[in-house]
Amino acid sequence: MSDSGGNRLQFRDPARAAAMAARLELLVREIGRDPVSVMHVCGSHEQAIARFGLRAILPRALEVIMGPGCPVCVTDMPEVDEAVALAEDGVRIATYGDMLRVPGTARSLADAQAAGAKIDVVYSVAQAAQLAAGLDEELVFFASGFETTAVATAALLLNAPPANFSVLSAHKYIPPVMEIVAEMPQTRVEGFLAAGHAATITGCAIFERFVERHGIPVVVAGFEPLDILAGLAKLLELIRGRRAEVANMYPRCVTREGNRRAQEALWKVFRPVGGRWRGIAHVPNGNLRLREEWSQVDARRRFKIDLSRLWDYAPPSLAQSCICGDIMAGIASPSACRLFGKECVPDNPVGACMVSNEGTCRIWHQYGGQLDLRQS
Amino acid sequence: MSALRIAPGAKVMLKHGAGGRAMRELIQQVFIGDAKAPTDGGIGLAAMDDGAALRVGDRWLVMTTDSYVVKPPFFPGGDIGRLAVSGTVNDLSMMGATEIAALTCAVILEEGFPRADLERIKASISAACAEAGTAIVTGDTKVMGRGEIDGIALNTAGVAFTRRLVPDCGLSPGDQIIVTGTVGDHGLAVMTRRHSLELEGPLVSDVAPLNGLIRRALEAGDEGVVAMKDPTRGGLASTLHEMAQKSRVGILLEGRRVPVSASVQAAGELLGIDPLHAANEGKAVLGVNPGVAASVLAALRSHPLGAQAEIVGSCVAQRPGFVMLDTGFGLRLLVEPEGELLPRIC
Amino acid sequence: MCLGVPGKVMSIDGLVATVDFFGVRRTVRLDIVDEPVKPGDYVMNHVGFAICRIPQSEVEETLALYQRLLAAASSEDLLAADVRSEIVATGNDKT
Repeated sequence: MSDSGGNRLQFRDPARAAAMAARLELLVREIGRDPVSVMHVCGSHEQAIARFGLRAILPRALEVIMGPGCPVCVTDMPEVDEAVALAEDGVRIATYGDMLRVPGTARSLADAQAAGAKIDVVYSVAQAAQLAAGLDEELVFFASGFETTAVATAALLLNAPPANFSVLSAHKYIPPVMEIVAEMPQTRVEGFLAAGHAATITGCAIFERFVERHGIPVVVAGFEPLDILAGLAKLLELIRGRRAEVANMYPRCVTREGNRRAQEALWKVFRPVGGRWRGIAHVPNGNLRLREEWSQVDARRRFKIDLSRLWDYAPPSLAQSCICGDIMAGIASPSACRLFGKECVPDNPVGACMVSNEGTCRIWHQYGGQLDLRQS
Repeated sequence: MSALRIAPGAKVMLKHGAGGRAMRELIQQVFIGDAKAPTDGGIGLAAMDDGAALRVGDRWLVMTTDSYVVKPPFFPGGDIGRLAVSGTVNDLSMMGATEIAALTCAVILEEGFPRADLERIKASISAACAEAGTAIVTGDTKVMGRGEIDGIALNTAGVAFTRRLVPDCGLSPGDQIIVTGTVGDHGLAVMTRRHSLELEGPLVSDVAPLNGLIRRALEAGDEGVVAMKDPTRGGLASTLHEMAQKSRVGILLEGRRVPVSASVQAAGELLGIDPLHAANEGKAVLGVNPGVAASVLAALRSHPLGAQAEIVGSCVAQRPGFVMLDTGFGLRLLVEPEGELLPRIC
Repeated sequence: MCLGVPGKVMSIDGLVATVDFFGVRRTVRLDIVDEPVKPGDYVMNHVGFAICRIPQSEVEETLALYQRLLAAASSEDLLAADVRSEIVATGNDKT
């Protein structure tokens, strides 16, 4: 078949998927442990797993945990506050849809919008720049997302953005947080499924030191149902053979070195900085900030952002019962949280995991809190 | 329901108009309160059905009203005028009343609204009325100052008579679910325009009056058509959810049987929006007894607006109030979208 | 990060490609794709930028790869080694 579009459907072939699921069952049995726990660090992997109902066919003894793979959820409250403060000061903000409802210390951008702030939801940073070009006022782009999204921001900045356009960067970088999770004493994770599109940019060689250091395998997987199942099968094979290796199961997009041109653009514009991830405490090199040479388009330099007015508000006591940190680290699941589905729902989120479309709790709630219908 | 839901100084938010749970709660709390159901078997406010039904002699008088504030007012496949007529005609049809007696139309305009646009909208209204075999018999016109309203808002009310009411809560285990055609068309066509998402392609709203189509289905299935609803805001997912809850049955939906056009599927993937959550303005969902399913399907398919009708699911006794989706890989729960649909990046 | 969708390039104007996704067309920027792209090629789109070109040969290789994974056999270890080197080889060679 010469049509890659048609081939896409082959990656959704239920017969092959069922065969792959049977293979997973066999592998888990051969490994002999119950459960065998693996982690993925990508909201879109979780979305795909949930959307296609894959948990209904995964072996019961295989635990696929979602780790801190939601860039919106791990955006710390002070970062959201910066955007909210700017918006409430009358500055026009462009943001991806996911970020609109993430609660800051006091309010979300959606709350600010309801109170009259100028907020535009965009699908692409390029669209934000286009918007700016047609305006007389300043436009700040609230840049969220992991490295795959950050390269888009970088590419745009390298291409003469309008003078009234600036970037408030809340971009994040995934590889450092895998280290943190692997080093957590309570962790049961025996292998990682790495995000295919982030690896398209970074290459899969980036995981080689990780597997050496931690002795657990990493498999790079795509996002079609068959990609995910095959990725898990490969991961289980490596676990079974106790092979701490990197395997690329997404060769149609990922190479060892990755996309050099994108990497150059990324590191020309951004530098990795340590910072807090919501619920995960400090992640060295986990945040991406604009380099000094780009200070003229850095919203943090162009504007004076006054957060003090937001600090009068004391966080609700409910936040103390929130276990998003544990959920994002893969130590607990949403059903273990006493707030899940009751005080904490998408309409009224307490923790970050319930806010973004990629958040573990949000996805579980979206699919009725029961991803595996065999369990009830 | 937690007390947190109604905080002091609570305001109405966009999600309260989105057609999902938040909207139903607002209506319940503010407008319905402790309103009682009519005692003659009619349908009143508390039922939150597509319309109301009042006994008149040996027939039912069915009434409905709707306001239309769609942005942008002109979109591929239609405009606010066509939507205003179709929406009201369809609400009446969903209750079993396909012979429309009359419609009203009230319009509120913003100062500065172009006359040419108004004429275009009026032409659409007339054309849609002709398709539905009815007319606007009375109306109202108001103009508000610039900035006091955004462009144009329309309200239509409709009146019809029927001998048999079809509620949205009449499903029982074993009944089949039929969808009259492709889903997600309107929602995705409008969303791409609203957010200037620069998607080009055959994304066209399906907005159309369905009374002729439904009349054929009712002629074929008669008492075997036990529930009907049109999947507008919130999409097929919201509608099935509501029907399952009101009827207290579970619904098993076969994902691969639901008709979705290739371009709607593609646009949905690009924007991260599920076609099952996107609005439809020219489609209906019918719950039918198994004995008439085939004949109702044939009747629908014989009509141009029902050419792609499919049986997409069935009602079960398990998990009453829930909708289960068989994705082709496995079973999962299908819940309704919360709040306004936004394109997502990841 | 992940909402990548593959599409077919219809035409190119400088750094901007018009890409077809099953009948829906959108412009996609080519600033960061790391190899030359021409009409007829497939690219992976993420937030309006192409992040890689998808060579047709890779699609077929991947499907074949999955097929071999499914062939559980007594020559399990030999098979795994074979598949592993296959992955590394195809990973390094995108021409």
